[in-house]
Amino acid sequence: MNVDLSTLDLSRPGDLLIALAPELVLTTTALLVLIVVAWRHRTPQDLRLAGWVTLAGLGAAGLAAWFLWWQAAHAPGIAAMIAVDDFRFVADWLFLGTAGLTVLVSFEYLEREALLVPEYFALLLFATLGMMLMAGAQDLMVLFLGLELMSVAVYVLAGINRRSAAAAEAALKYFLLGAFASGFLLYGIALVYGATATTNLTLIGVQVATLGLQHNTMLLIGLGLLLVGFGFKVAAVPFHMWAPDVYDGSPTPVTGYMATAVKAAAFAALFRVLGEAFDAVPAWHAVVWWLAVATMVVGNLIALAQRTLKRMLAYSSIAHAGYLLVAVAVGTAVGSAAFLFYLVAYTLMTLAAFALLAAKGTDGERDVSIDDLAGLAQRRPWLAFALAVCMLSLLGIPGTAGFIGKWYILVAATATGQGLLAAVLVLASVISAGYYLPVIMAMYMQPEPSEQAHAGMRLGRLGAAVVAASVAGLLFFGVRPNRLLDIARTSGASVRAAPAVSSDAPPAPREPTGR
Amino acid sequence: MYAQSVLTALIAWPAIAAVVVLAAPERWAKHIALAASLLEFAISVPLWWVFQPAGGMQLQLDVPWIPSWGIHYTVGVDGISLFMVLLTTFLVPLSILGSYNYITTRERAFYALMLVLTSGMIGVFVSLDLFLFYVMWDVMLIPMYFIIGVWGGQNRLYAALKFFVYTFFGSLLMLVAILTLVYLVAQRTGVYSFSYVHLMSNIGALGTVAFWLFGAFFLAFAIKVPMFPFHTWLPDAHVEAPTAGSVLLAAVLLKMGTYGFLRFALPFFPQVALHPAVQAAIVTLSLIGIVYGGLVAMAQPDFKKLIAYSSVAHLGFVMLGIWALTLQSVQGALMVMINHGISTGALFFLVGMLYERRHSRLIEAFGGIAKVVPLFAAVLTIVSLSSIGLPATNGFVGEFLVLLGAFRTYPIAAGVATTGVIVAAMYLLPALQRVIYNPLDKPENAQLADLSPRELAVLLPLVACIVWIGVYPTPFLRRMEPSAQRFIESVRPAAPAAAAR
Repeated sequence: MNVDLSTLDLSRPGDLLIALAPELVLTTTALLVLIVVAWRHRTPQDLRLAGWVTLAGLGAAGLAAWFLWWQAAHAPGIAAMIAVDDFRFVADWLFLGTAGLTVLVSFEYLEREALLVPEYFALLLFATLGMMLMAGAQDLMVLFLGLELMSVAVYVLAGINRRSAAAAEAALKYFLLGAFASGFLLYGIALVYGATATTNLTLIGVQVATLGLQHNTMLLIGLGLLLVGFGFKVAAVPFHMWAPDVYDGSPTPVTGYMATAVKAAAFAALFRVLGEAFDAVPAWHAVVWWLAVATMVVGNLIALAQRTLKRMLAYSSIAHAGYLLVAVAVGTAVGSAAFLFYLVAYTLMTLAAFALLAAKGTDGERDVSIDDLAGLAQRRPWLAFALAVCMLSLLGIPGTAGFIGKWYILVAATATGQGLLAAVLVLASVISAGYYLPVIMAMYMQPEPSEQAHAGMRLGRLGAAVVAASVAGLLFFGVRPNRLLDIARTSGASVRAAPAVSSDAPPAPREPTGR
Repeated sequence: MYAQSVLTALIAWPAIAAVVVLAAPERWAKHIALAASLLEFAISVPLWWVFQPAGGMQLQLDVPWIPSWGIHYTVGVDGISLFMVLLTTFLVPLSILGSYNYITTRERAFYALMLVLTSGMIGVFVSLDLFLFYVMWDVMLIPMYFIIGVWGGQNRLYAALKFFVYTFFGSLLMLVAILTLVYLVAQRTGVYSFSYVHLMSNIGALGTVAFWLFGAFFLAFAIKVPMFPFHTWLPDAHVEAPTAGSVLLAAVLLKMGTYGFLRFALPFFPQVALHPAVQAAIVTLSLIGIVYGGLVAMAQPDFKKLIAYSSVAHLGFVMLGIWALTLQSVQGALMVMINHGISTGALFFLVGMLYERRHSRLIEAFGGIAKVVPLFAAVLTIVSLSSIGLPATNGFVGEFLVLLGAFRTYPIAAGVATTGVIVAAMYLLPALQRVIYNPLDKPENAQLADLSPRELAVLLPLVACIVWIGVYPTPFLRRMEPSAQRFIESVRPAAPAAAAR
């Protein structure tokens, strides 16, 4: 077996297994969990057992991804089905980390809501596996398989609470619209195949450049359908209609997972597809530009009108998808680096916010209004502080990771001459102050309605650990983002078209260099 | 040792002290905060002598922060920022002492926020890296937002949100402008850096994009100043804020706007600043601010609101002085910045003291109280006269220099601005008369307590400054002159280029 991981030959089975190590570990764990829960699925102890096995599997997969990253694993030449680059490994960490935090939050949530379904964890693992395949897919078919694996698992997760009508509605809605979106995506893949005779992303890029397909109608329609499919998955306006109801109805930890990891996976795949296959096609820039503007403006404006915390966070996640679309719109290298950094910040702040929301309410937390938080700061100062940090980070205040993320996207936008897009982004951020700050106002500036107002708020030890870790991460990366910025930059640079294509492509934007 | 670390110590010490305050028992909070802020003042006092007027930017410290992105922690002072730093460290202990009785709930949080605010304010004035500057600019927004929102008056939530959104709006556009500017300079020099010095020396001619960038900077700073018509957040924020919040808001936070013009907006984009249309627009807005602010102040029944609007007028003088670009006018603008901090700060303290006694700020709720509280009346009279700009008080020095300097550049505008001084007399003197002279016709006023020793300790340093600057402003002027001269030179040489446009 080859020991030097920098020259993996994916046509040899041994090397392919090494390249797929994280996915293989995760698959094994998922199957193991399924077997375990087939026998043990009746008591909270069984739930915990499945959860800890899941965590161990996620950790092992993360270790495998880290090892590949550390060894600078790379497959030279035109990649086959799966990419071996930093972008994939860093995205894997993100998905695995998000899944791990979600598992920790879920323990107490599932027990409290009497949801003794240990399959929950197996589904979570399968969804994570699908995401990793999406981020690593070098071929549209692998991408589609990963997407379906993720989506089917998440449809079930959304409706895991069978006693809740809202959850059933959410699951059904998500399934119907998700299936619809998958159809768009698949049809888009078919048309792209029709135009280029390949589903390999790199080869598509080569075909487009060598055959001059930039204005080929079939290819453009295919690309358009792909964008519609991705638009659904990332909940970009005008394909966002499903998101609020689904986020609102799902169990809160699942909502947090959907709002972060699912979205991240779709974005990662989108970056790879646009960057590697369609780099030479200029048409998508304008489309994504408008998608970004519409998503930022509409998402923020509708969020402004929400009274319940969960729906507000749902629309806020749509708005953040708009910010991420800005990173897509400005191009691949610096854009995907900004995207990776932003995603880390966004994941931490969103997961922590949903974890706190889960602690505040019961029965799906659909009725927790912003006013219900009144006076939280006096009664539970640490919880209020954590939620306030999340809100300030979502808003993008310096000192939090959310600011550095937004700053990075703005750097990417201004460095590629997209000043107008940057201006829209900051104006949309100003709107967002109108719904993030009332949360802080309620907690700190309004009196408690009664002594018992927050008596029911419980955050277990694991949930508290997740929140504390997230808040610490937000503050740390807000002040000392150096290492993470560097990782994001080198990984972002690894997503780009094959050298044969990039000579025709517009020159890559200058990257900032140290002085 | 002192020279290298003093500015960093001034930023870091209040933040550290804030943590101590939070950890200490509730009843100790204010004493610890006061001690900490007095120490902060003590650290800053030697600056007065250490500072070399002709030395340009000094006491610098440069530490890499995010070096691969050209972001450094760079701080330094010159004759412009020195006084802002000293004004801040001088007023913070007074504000804390002045809050002793006013703040009765959640004291720990309040004093901790006051100290964090201090860090942010100092940081804004000494930052020589645009990233650091932006961070500080936004960071000091949060404590002020909480101070208004938690300890403010009836309508505090509205006022706090308005304050936040206005400032945030301007600051984010400024962020986009900063990034664009850094990118443009990096394209030319190949060095991606947020360093102020690097940007200043390599900015060159930017062409039309300079107008957009200037516009973004202008908006951020004009909202903060606030210039007419961006001033509407100010009366709400001032009236609702607790006394200490109002004092710092008026005395320091507003100066960040004018400081931003002096440090960034004009030196970066001289060709825009000297463009005739831009000049005309800004001078006109300043004049509207001076006259309109004064006229609106005249109609206010609420004493605190009256002072708030008078700030709009005073800051109009500062803007006029900056844009007139003569040595006298710029020095005058700097003096008005200091004087407004002292006089208006003192006025807010005095109104706060009235409010603590009577729970009313309406002018008509008082009358004839000079007989009951003679000390209070004397201080209020001195401070009001200084705010009007009576000779031998500090107010006169600043406004006179501004008018004198501006007369050479904009004779008509200076003439109009002169009426502003008269308007100031027309709103403050009647208010003064109705509060402390006139007959004592309200029985509840007959029992008012005069100034306590603590209140005197707050007010007397301010009165001393009023007299000192009014009688002997030379030490101030001497220290700011080289920097003011350098500021003018950084803007003026571009004059022929602008004329050719």
